[in-house]
Amino acid sequence: MNKTKQTYYPLEEALIEEYGKKAAAWTEDELPGISKLRHEAMREFRKTGFPGNKLEKWRSTDMEPVYQEPLSVFTDEITYDKKIDEIFQCDVHGFQARVLSLLNGSYYGPEESQLTVSPEGVIAGSLLAAQREYPELVEQFYGKAKTAVADGFKSANKAMARDGVFIYVPDGVEVKDTFQLIKILNKKGLMVHTRNLIVLGKNTKLTFLHCDDSVNHHEGFINTLSEVFIGENSELELYKLQNLNDETALVNQTVVHQAANSRLKVNVMTLNGGLVRNEIVDQMDGEGAWSDINGLFLIDKEQHVDNQVYVYHNVPHCESNQLFKGVLDEQSLGVFNGFVYVAPDAQKTNAFQQSSNILLSRDAHIDTMPQLEIYADDVKCSHGATVGQLDSDALFYLMQRGISFEDARMLLMYAFADEVLGQISIEPLRVNIEDMVKRRLRGELSICDRCVLHCSHPDKPIEFDIDLSKI
Amino acid sequence: MLLNIKDLHVSIGDKEIIKGFNLSVNKGEVHAIMGPNGTGKSTLAAAITGREGYDITKGEIFFKDELINDWEPDKRASEGIFLSFQYPIEIPGVSMTNFMRTALNAQREYHNLPPIAAGEFLKKMEEKKKLVDIQSKLTNRSVNEGFSGGEKKKNEIFQMAMLEPSLAILDETDSGLDIDALKVVAKGVNQLKSEDNAFVIITHYQRLLDYIVPDFVHVMYDGRIVKSGGKGLAVELESSGYEWIKEQFGA
Amino acid sequence: MTDEKNEKQVLHEVTSGEYKYGFFTNIEADQAPKGLSEDIIRFISAKKNEPEWLLEFRLKAYRHWLTIEEPDWALLHHPPIDYQDIIYYSAPKKKKELSSLDEVDPELLDTFNKLGISLEEQKHLAGVAVDAVVDSVSVKTTFQDTLKKHDIIFCSFSEAVQDHPDLVKKYLGSVVPYTDNYFAALNSAVFTDGSFCFIPKGVRCPIELSTYFRINAANTGQFERTLIVAEEGGYVSYLEGCTAPMRDENQLHAAIVELIALDNAEIKYSTVQNWYPGDKNGKGGIYNFVTKRGLCKGNSSKISWTQVETGSAITWKYPSCILLGDNSVGEFYSVAVTNNFQQADTGTKMQHLGKNTRSTIISKGISAGQSNNSYRGMVRVGKRAENARNFSQCDSLLLGDKCGAHTFPYIKTNNPTAIVEHEATTSKISDDQLFYCQQRGIDMEKSIGLIVNGYAKDVLNKLPMEFAVEAQKLLAITLEGSVG
Repeated sequence: MNKTKQTYYPLEEALIEEYGKKAAAWTEDELPGISKLRHEAMREFRKTGFPGNKLEKWRSTDMEPVYQEPLSVFTDEITYDKKIDEIFQCDVHGFQARVLSLLNGSYYGPEESQLTVSPEGVIAGSLLAAQREYPELVEQFYGKAKTAVADGFKSANKAMARDGVFIYVPDGVEVKDTFQLIKILNKKGLMVHTRNLIVLGKNTKLTFLHCDDSVNHHEGFINTLSEVFIGENSELELYKLQNLNDETALVNQTVVHQAANSRLKVNVMTLNGGLVRNEIVDQMDGEGAWSDINGLFLIDKEQHVDNQVYVYHNVPHCESNQLFKGVLDEQSLGVFNGFVYVAPDAQKTNAFQQSSNILLSRDAHIDTMPQLEIYADDVKCSHGATVGQLDSDALFYLMQRGISFEDARMLLMYAFADEVLGQISIEPLRVNIEDMVKRRLRGELSICDRCVLHCSHPDKPIEFDIDLSKI
Repeated sequence: MLLNIKDLHVSIGDKEIIKGFNLSVNKGEVHAIMGPNGTGKSTLAAAITGREGYDITKGEIFFKDELINDWEPDKRASEGIFLSFQYPIEIPGVSMTNFMRTALNAQREYHNLPPIAAGEFLKKMEEKKKLVDIQSKLTNRSVNEGFSGGEKKKNEIFQMAMLEPSLAILDETDSGLDIDALKVVAKGVNQLKSEDNAFVIITHYQRLLDYIVPDFVHVMYDGRIVKSGGKGLAVELESSGYEWIKEQFGA
Repeated sequence: MTDEKNEKQVLHEVTSGEYKYGFFTNIEADQAPKGLSEDIIRFISAKKNEPEWLLEFRLKAYRHWLTIEEPDWALLHHPPIDYQDIIYYSAPKKKKELSSLDEVDPELLDTFNKLGISLEEQKHLAGVAVDAVVDSVSVKTTFQDTLKKHDIIFCSFSEAVQDHPDLVKKYLGSVVPYTDNYFAALNSAVFTDGSFCFIPKGVRCPIELSTYFRINAANTGQFERTLIVAEEGGYVSYLEGCTAPMRDENQLHAAIVELIALDNAEIKYSTVQNWYPGDKNGKGGIYNFVTKRGLCKGNSSKISWTQVETGSAITWKYPSCILLGDNSVGEFYSVAVTNNFQQADTGTKMQHLGKNTRSTIISKGISAGQSNNSYRGMVRVGKRAENARNFSQCDSLLLGDKCGAHTFPYIKTNNPTAIVEHEATTSKISDDQLFYCQQRGIDMEKSIGLIVNGYAKDVLNKLPMEFAVEAQKLLAITLEGSVG
């Protein structure tokens, strides 16, 4: 682990080279503290490179083929020249949302909306812009979140990420609109790094929807890390919706710190994606904190979804729940690694963990590891994991009532997924996502369904891209 | 005097439940403690038996003229205080036979007696089982595990018969019992009653007292005794209910 | 019932003092110099008059061992082990060939008597054949006559090498190859003795076979090797028990057990492990790194592991089953108790390869003092394992707020017809149960002993009678002083 790497993969080389080219220029418009973290992280990255599957936490997810791909590490800034909805039409609609966009790693929006402040003082926009406007606020939180396991993706992110989304909710403000982050790549062969910082003061409330989507069939690689701080008595609902093409790899890391009596709800829904790795770390730092972390993945073809959840009960009187469900078809591979840690003296902890999975094909594969590490005695902790198939009695029952095998199977899969879907508290969002899941189960929901390229419609434009020569 | 409680105050956490309770029980007596729910009847039982978390903030409990406020629960039990639990606990994997044998021998050891011989123990088990109509198979099962409500209560009386306490506290032993089981329990108690022991029967209803006739009836309300009388008081309560007490003694 | 008698004894012993098996037998040892090298391996092999192929096996293992590193994934912490500071061979000097118990070293017999496993008594009362291992070399095997009648081979590993070389050659390393892991490689290089058992076709072994292991001479690592083969339709129940004398220095123990069950054969392997756990301050104790694996090679074969782990400063042990034959069955029942500064990382691996294979895992961990107790398991369902079924229940009980209880199950499923279920709970001993017992006059420590034994009952019930008794005692003894 600590051995310094001798040889690098092409992607690692490209990353180190890009850093060499850009790092000096970056120092001009970013906080010195961030430049310093960047420098340290790069030194770390040179030592380790990207994680290989010899590492315990990467045993089931081998990313080495991705490191071999001819991707370019992209850090250029993007000029705003057309509305986001001309590039991408979101499937989730019908509810009030304040949209924030990241295109190819940069904050994407007109000049005047790089960073906005609402009448109540809610700041939202580009992280890079926030460094200029609110340096002390950014400095106070940036790079402070405690990750679970160090690896090359975290150091690469720290070294390379220039921009991302910044949200700050001041004490006492309950934000009514849902914030929606749309993150897309629309150029071929990019690897991008983005970093988000979300800070909730005391007695606040925020709903945040984090969407990763593809608009074309190009291969791409997104390495993103979000730092989230929830203040006392505050509540965050975090939805992650992932619907990427089969060629895109996504490493999505989220670290949340919870102060006393705060509430966190996370729902991760992976409907499509070539290789998706979600890492969610929940640091319960204040007594009375509560969290509910749920996930659902529906995958087929050669898709690979890896959910890693770490919940740290650092103090007494907290409660956490984890529920992850997977439906795996064809040659897909699913991984669930759930970890609950109860610190010495973190008495009166309640922690529950459940991983349930359905395998639909001979070639699908699931690895699940629900883990408990407990150092206090007055606790209630339990976990369960199941792997199985649809209930054949139920299937027969439905068919006996005249429902076709395919429909019966779909009904049961939907019923299986519904336990997670039911946790979505925003009604229109739930209806939307339920609809997406239904379509996904019918095999209708793929990138082609709403892709702007419209390959299947020759009358529509074939290529849609940003002209980089204008930058 | 067997049991003498003087100005007892008991708190759970910061909340005072028993607020100046007095009671004297002599050998050969049966006392019934009645009262509406939430007046501290079960807390009283816990305090007498020494349960953790029930803090005696003031007052004294004397048992056989010794102050027992600070005694461990097992010492109180070995000295002869028995509690028939309102909700008997299940202990998976521990057979009734082993449990009883362990308990009986612990008591004997406390009194510097040698452990009971296996044959004698089994004979005693058989004899006491008959007393409460316990089927043989129950004693081969784990303590209270999978027992019905009635079986659990009968099992409590069976244990009482085995351990032969000088003071038995029956905490809501009648709750959840059908009339047949109630009769069995009462029969068991009546047979165990003697000049050398005493019973404190905690109950919400009068019906158990039709079968176990008390010498004294005490009405408890808000952590203390508000009225005492003979067995007639129980009948009176049955017809008039507890409302009048709440009206008369409620804050 | 004897059960009651046992209960009484258990309770009596809860109250009696320190580690009762802590005495030291002064038997003259014939030992190798400290350290490990190819020369030492040649010395061991020559000493045991081994054939060339076995020496080659050892050397290959040693050379492989040199290229690999000690595993670090377990939740265990110990100072680095100096493999050059260990004596790899030590044997009681053989005076002459022994044909009856009278000829056994009287001091050794005395040792067994102190342990309560006197050979005479065993022979007369228990109907158990005992192959006793002291410091790596078998001293005495009894009941050979009974076994001979059924054509069962039960002897020390060294004897098997001399008398049944073809069988040993055929099966040695076939379930646990020397490349398997660091400690397996080490054992394969330096193992000195152990037990060998062969149950021929259609034979049900009429008696329970038992071996008592015992570490004796100072600084002597113990590297046994056990190989049990049950041919078609064969059945054997094998008991392994351990007690070790009290020692200040840490002692390394790295054994290998290989089981092979052919069509319709069944092997039941039970262990009560009570090596010296170190003192109350965590000083001393055995480091126990064991590789145990059974291969259900034949159709409808069955391998069942039952273990009660109460000893050792460090336990690293995962008795596993490879369910290769169709309809084969694997079972793992475990109780692991840790107190003071003990550390246990134990569990199982169930590899479902054949069709309709079934496995059951019941694990009960009990942690007290400042100890750490981890369950680590893997259930793997291969592509061809149609209708494979696994059920796992892993519970942890915590006594005190300074100890740790951890659960690391790993499920890998590659077949859509498989059903795998895992459940685990962690909780502390119930105050309500404790009070109920105390209200019946049973003191705190006895109450805990009673409740813990009840908690472990599902596993203890799987042990043969004689072992269940000892196991119950050990649970209570191990938890002595765990409540303040």
